[in-house]
Amino acid sequence: MNILVCIKQVPATSKVEVDPDTGLLKRDGADSKMNPYDLYALETAIRLRDKEGGKVTVLSMGPLQAESIIREAFAMGADAGALLSDRRFGGADVLATAYAISQGIKHLGEFDLILCGKQTTDGDTAQVGPEISEYLEIPSVADVTKINEVTKENMTVEMELPEALEVVKVDFPCLLTVEKDIYQPRLPSYVLKKAAKGREIPIYTLDDMDDQDEDHYGLTGSPTQVKKIFPPKTNTDHFTFEGNDEKQADQLCDKLAELKFI
Amino acid sequence: MAARLEVHQDKITDPEGFINICPFNAMKVVDGNVIIEDNCRMCLSCVNDAKPKGAVELINEKKVKPLDKTEWQGVAVYVDQVDGKIHPVTYELIGKAQELAGKINQPVYVLLMGYNVDEAAKELQHYGVDKIFVYDDEKLARFSIEPYTAVFERFIKQNKPCSILVGATTVGRQLAPRVAARMRTGLTADTTILDMDAETTDLSQIRPAFGGNIMAHIVTPNNRPQMATVRYKVMDPAPRQDEVSGEIVHKKINAKKLVSHAEILDIVPKEPEQSIESADVLIVAGRGIKKQSELAQLEALAYLLGGQVACTRPIVEQGWMDVKTQVGLSGRTVRPKLIICVGVSGAIQFVAGMDHADTIVAINSDPKAPIFKNAHYCLTGDLYEILPRLIQDIKAQRGHKNELQGVH
Repeated sequence: MNILVCIKQVPATSKVEVDPDTGLLKRDGADSKMNPYDLYALETAIRLRDKEGGKVTVLSMGPLQAESIIREAFAMGADAGALLSDRRFGGADVLATAYAISQGIKHLGEFDLILCGKQTTDGDTAQVGPEISEYLEIPSVADVTKINEVTKENMTVEMELPEALEVVKVDFPCLLTVEKDIYQPRLPSYVLKKAAKGREIPIYTLDDMDDQDEDHYGLTGSPTQVKKIFPPKTNTDHFTFEGNDEKQADQLCDKLAELKFI
Repeated sequence: MAARLEVHQDKITDPEGFINICPFNAMKVVDGNVIIEDNCRMCLSCVNDAKPKGAVELINEKKVKPLDKTEWQGVAVYVDQVDGKIHPVTYELIGKAQELAGKINQPVYVLLMGYNVDEAAKELQHYGVDKIFVYDDEKLARFSIEPYTAVFERFIKQNKPCSILVGATTVGRQLAPRVAARMRTGLTADTTILDMDAETTDLSQIRPAFGGNIMAHIVTPNNRPQMATVRYKVMDPAPRQDEVSGEIVHKKINAKKLVSHAEILDIVPKEPEQSIESADVLIVAGRGIKKQSELAQLEALAYLLGGQVACTRPIVEQGWMDVKTQVGLSGRTVRPKLIICVGVSGAIQFVAGMDHADTIVAINSDPKAPIFKNAHYCLTGDLYEILPRLIQDIKAQRGHKNELQGVH
């Protein structure tokens, strides 16, 4: 089974704020990590490979520093990895991101299964996975909570709906986005980490893609544009209770009674 | 040519100070010149907000094909339904669509696909839409990505709606992106505010962005249709009217288009779970809760107020509570009458999932916690002192009330 996992490097902190005076964005620190939801996709891939045989390849798109999450994937057990990195991919919205990744996947070869996490913690859209499947013209199932069976031609998975569990048999090649908790992600192995040290990670740019029309990538290839960024609106109707902890609790209780919650 | 940023060094007097403009630390000073590095996210802060203005210029040499926006008319809503049962987010989107379409004098359409959905189509006639497009086919009985996308594509090509709203449900969250990619158009996920520019017919889409406490105003100026998803309980529903209006238009689609490579083998109904979306009162556990056993206090409070306990992402990551009880962009959106946030810092990803609650109470030891900006009632202190006292107070209050009413 030839499996590809899409992974992304995200900021380790969500402490990005707009300075109310200057209107500028401020981010504390530059720490980054693998998108936590991607760990579930990677764990799923590794387990499938260990059971069915085959190979796990990870693909990421981002600045050169994103190499570190590919090494992290090696330390968890991925067999191969590649990075798409090019300034011309920068500023991409969902459509341009999905397009660049689908081009990258085509460049890497043919896969039976493509796995994505349910969403990223920085973009939080959950849209890139389904859009990749459209560009690759393969079926997709989102929010997969369980894998029941794998055969040569297809796999049977469970997808959770609000009022029911749907059991779906989907043909290869296909793309799945997996829910958190499908499997508990393993910790990176020291041995594998050491083995991956110094291992070269191929970096592909727009010049390696099938479609080399720059207009299809990055900010230029993005139908959506950010017109403005601003701090979230805050509630002006505050009431701050005064006094020690007990006094504040008493006042809240009175307020809740007044509002008929008690 | 792709878009790129050009730095006009001559306009920058203080390079070291200037690079602070970048929230992603993607600028560096080399030999007195400002350099933009590869981790630039093209957020354009340096173009839009930098002083002096014009120090960084966005150069975008793409030839934009002129788009005749007048060819695209109408605001369409996708009807989220399972077995003819319409998800209530649909009525919320219809309400919004009417407001948006009213600003540009365009009709409101709804797109209904499924099998044996006559009753659902008739029900939709009570919500004041102009046209109800119905694709009724056995192959559409259950959601499957390929046939549903094919129907959606056909609907768009035949009717050319200017904007499309889709509920961010399990189905909507996979269908909308697939359709947007097929139409090569923009899609904005989980929008919290939508408005229509009467002049350009561009949809103003507002959502949290860049993984921080930031909102972004997003537009799709050169593509149609413009697509957005909206979570349940974010918009106000259109009221149901007694009179019937709106034309039901039955459409057919070639069976060849409805091929699917995914087959639904079984549908296992679940025990109807007590979802946090349906609760009137929520007590939310945040990072300030240090031990799993301490959740019991929140449960006691929830029980007294007839509510449920929900939580933030860190609590789920600890494995203390189920992901289904998580509020926020990676969890659920809630709109309870009362929400009490205990030890919740108030990151935007969380706030976007609950700021429509009628009454917001925040209990936090940090007076600077962002949650206080969103709360109506703020308690600054030790939650381990406040909670027991509050529980005791409520019990006393309740006892007092019962005495007055002669109930024991």
